[in-house]
Amino acid sequence: MAQMNLLQAINNALITAMRADNKVLVLGEDVGHFGGVFRATSHLQEEFGRERCFNTPLVEQGIIGFANGLAAQGCKPVAEIQFGDYIFPAFDQIINETAKFRYRSGGQFDCGGLTIRTPYGGGIAGGHYHSQSPEAFFAHIPGIKVVIPRNPYQAKGLLLSAIREPDPVIFFEPKRLYRAAVGDVPESDYELPLGHADIVQTGSDITLVAWGAQVEIIQEAAQRALGDGISCEVIDLQSILPWDIATVSTSVVKTGRLLINHEAPLTAGFAAEVAAEIQSQCFLSLEAPIMRVCGLDTPYPLVHEKEYMPDALKTYEAIIATMNY
Amino acid sequence: MTNINERNHIAHINTTQEVNIISDGLVAIPMLQLLDTNGEYLSHNPSPLTQESALKILYSMHYTRLLDERMVSAQRQGRISFYLACTGEEAAVVASTAALEPVDMIMSQYREQGALVYRGYTTAQFMNQLFSNKLDPNKGRQMPIHYGDKTLNFMTVSSPLGTQIPQAAGYAFGQKYTGEAALTICYFGEGAASEGDFHAGLNMAAVLNCPTIFFCRNNGYAISTPTAEQFAGDGIASRGIGYGVKTIRVDGNDAMAVFAATQAARKIALAESCPVLIEAMTYRLAAHSTSDDPSGYRSADEEVKWQEKDPIARLQKYCIAQSWLDLEHLDAYITQSRAEILAEVKRAEKEDYASIDDLFADVYAVLPKHLDTQKQSLQAHIKKYPEAYPKTARELL
Ligand SMILES: Cc1ncc(C[n+]2csc(CCOP(=O)(O)OP(=O)(O)O)c2C)c(N)n1
Ligand SMILES: [Mg+2]
Repeated sequence: MAQMNLLQAINNALITAMRADNKVLVLGEDVGHFGGVFRATSHLQEEFGRERCFNTPLVEQGIIGFANGLAAQGCKPVAEIQFGDYIFPAFDQIINETAKFRYRSGGQFDCGGLTIRTPYGGGIAGGHYHSQSPEAFFAHIPGIKVVIPRNPYQAKGLLLSAIREPDPVIFFEPKRLYRAAVGDVPESDYELPLGHADIVQTGSDITLVAWGAQVEIIQEAAQRALGDGISCEVIDLQSILPWDIATVSTSVVKTGRLLINHEAPLTAGFAAEVAAEIQSQCFLSLEAPIMRVCGLDTPYPLVHEKEYMPDALKTYEAIIATMNY
Repeated sequence: MTNINERNHIAHINTTQEVNIISDGLVAIPMLQLLDTNGEYLSHNPSPLTQESALKILYSMHYTRLLDERMVSAQRQGRISFYLACTGEEAAVVASTAALEPVDMIMSQYREQGALVYRGYTTAQFMNQLFSNKLDPNKGRQMPIHYGDKTLNFMTVSSPLGTQIPQAAGYAFGQKYTGEAALTICYFGEGAASEGDFHAGLNMAAVLNCPTIFFCRNNGYAISTPTAEQFAGDGIASRGIGYGVKTIRVDGNDAMAVFAATQAARKIALAESCPVLIEAMTYRLAAHSTSDDPSGYRSADEEVKWQEKDPIARLQKYCIAQSWLDLEHLDAYITQSRAEILAEVKRAEKEDYASIDDLFADVYAVLPKHLDTQKQSLQAHIKKYPEAYPKTARELL
């Protein structure tokens, strides 16, 4: 075990994957010698050479198009998009190519070796274009998997699975936790399964669901609610697509209440999907309407970031409202 | 000159029987330079700059440098969250804007504050944006340096790179279509020129005859990525030729050359309704931004080499040799500008923030019902927990 922050854990996962398999290549803007603007790819070029870790020209559609081709050829590219907000020039390559490569060729070709890493989320005074949480766009597309870790241990284990598993994965990294989340990480090679939720805290009155950086927010709300004698079960989804319906529905059958929290805007956010599925699975167990505490339906702001965010206080209020329904 | 349709027609292509794969650009594109590093005028033609225009450019460059120095240190002191300096590239930006008319639209990338300085953006206006206070025209919604001013024909900056390039073609098409005697200049870095939007924008501007000046600041780096890892061709200029766009390469640290090239580009773009690409060869002496430390990817020696080509010193030497410059006047201007910036920092940081209404306004032209509902529940929440939302609680209590 070693103490690592989220960035170090990601860096460590990349080193582990590259040492184990010479088909793993890392590419993206500034990821080479410099090690990426957040330093997630530090020292990779030193150890593995320019052939296996290299800067690309500044073109996201090119990065993903190139990586699709590289994956189709049998390599395992880990492509970095510098900010989640800048993934959109690559939208076509991801939606129409990455996600459909296997299906459209009847299984002859695929880009399952591809992993796309990108930092997402707010809380860093980044304004419109360094704060967005675009996971729901990608959850709408059959053929890719969407994974979001919340701590260093998860980040390493989930990233290693993402790189090795046979489907393309988008790996969203909560950038406000890059240095803030610190924890014990095994130095050995290990994988955590995709598509599994993590029960962070058990409870009996209400189930709280979030992923990535918002998990610590719902934990804080749960702590506050405990003062009112409310026992919250806290679940980290970890994977958005596919997501662990069984774990959440088992929990809701037990608690009778569900609250989902995400930073992305409310309308058509992934909470809507969770709510729809759980109300159909757990209809007779529900004692209150399913609550969503999400970002506002505005672009991500700057000075009003606090007001925009689905913070612990808003979550706490929603817990109380659900309990009093 | 063959026109586009003729070129497309196979009958007009000369044939050859040699298997001749063209392996290099035919000729390296030269760079227009009118002043050497000592400010010596190199051409036999009359100088394109009058005393008045030269001094306005020089003063604007000095102000830009000063603003950048002050604001980088304001960021270090924690007074603003972010800043991005134009140091070393002042001539490319200021002298090109100087060759335009105020009616011309400027679409910038983010390192073109010198254009605003030249057009008369005030110190107070800079500070209101940088401090995201309630007087910021963006209503505190965007990060520092995302300037925009409709009255100065300066389009609001957007962080996603390259997006303004095809927009500039469209804007210029609209100017031409509605009969404005104006064009659009679009600034971008050599890194942004790798984006798909660059290729879309140049091709469309050429095919649709748009009076657009595409002004590339080739400053050697895109954050840490040097040009050698950005492109393999002869810079950005060679691409213009590929798209049928008239092209010129210019010494971006030579204000005189930048001015002459942009003046010529403007004339041609309007007279012939066509785009022109200018590639200004310059160097980003500054860090990429206040979040960056260039010592991790380039040498101090390289920086020194470029400091010797300083664009401000170069034009200043020329002005002194012409006996155009009153150094005492310049010194007084610098002293006074520094004082003004300091005073405006102090004022701007004390201003209030935009109202909570501004969090919801402008998403749509009219606030829709669902947003109004979100606003009301947010207001009720803030009233209940005012201490958690200090920026907006005051106005609600
Ligand atoms: C679409 C997009 N991708 C990535 C970024 C992150 N980014 C901001 S500036 C920059 C480098 C730009 O370099 P260049 O265009 O040469 O301009 P310079 O900074 O040198 O003026 C990058 C990669 C972005 N803003 N937008
Ligand atoms: Mg550049």
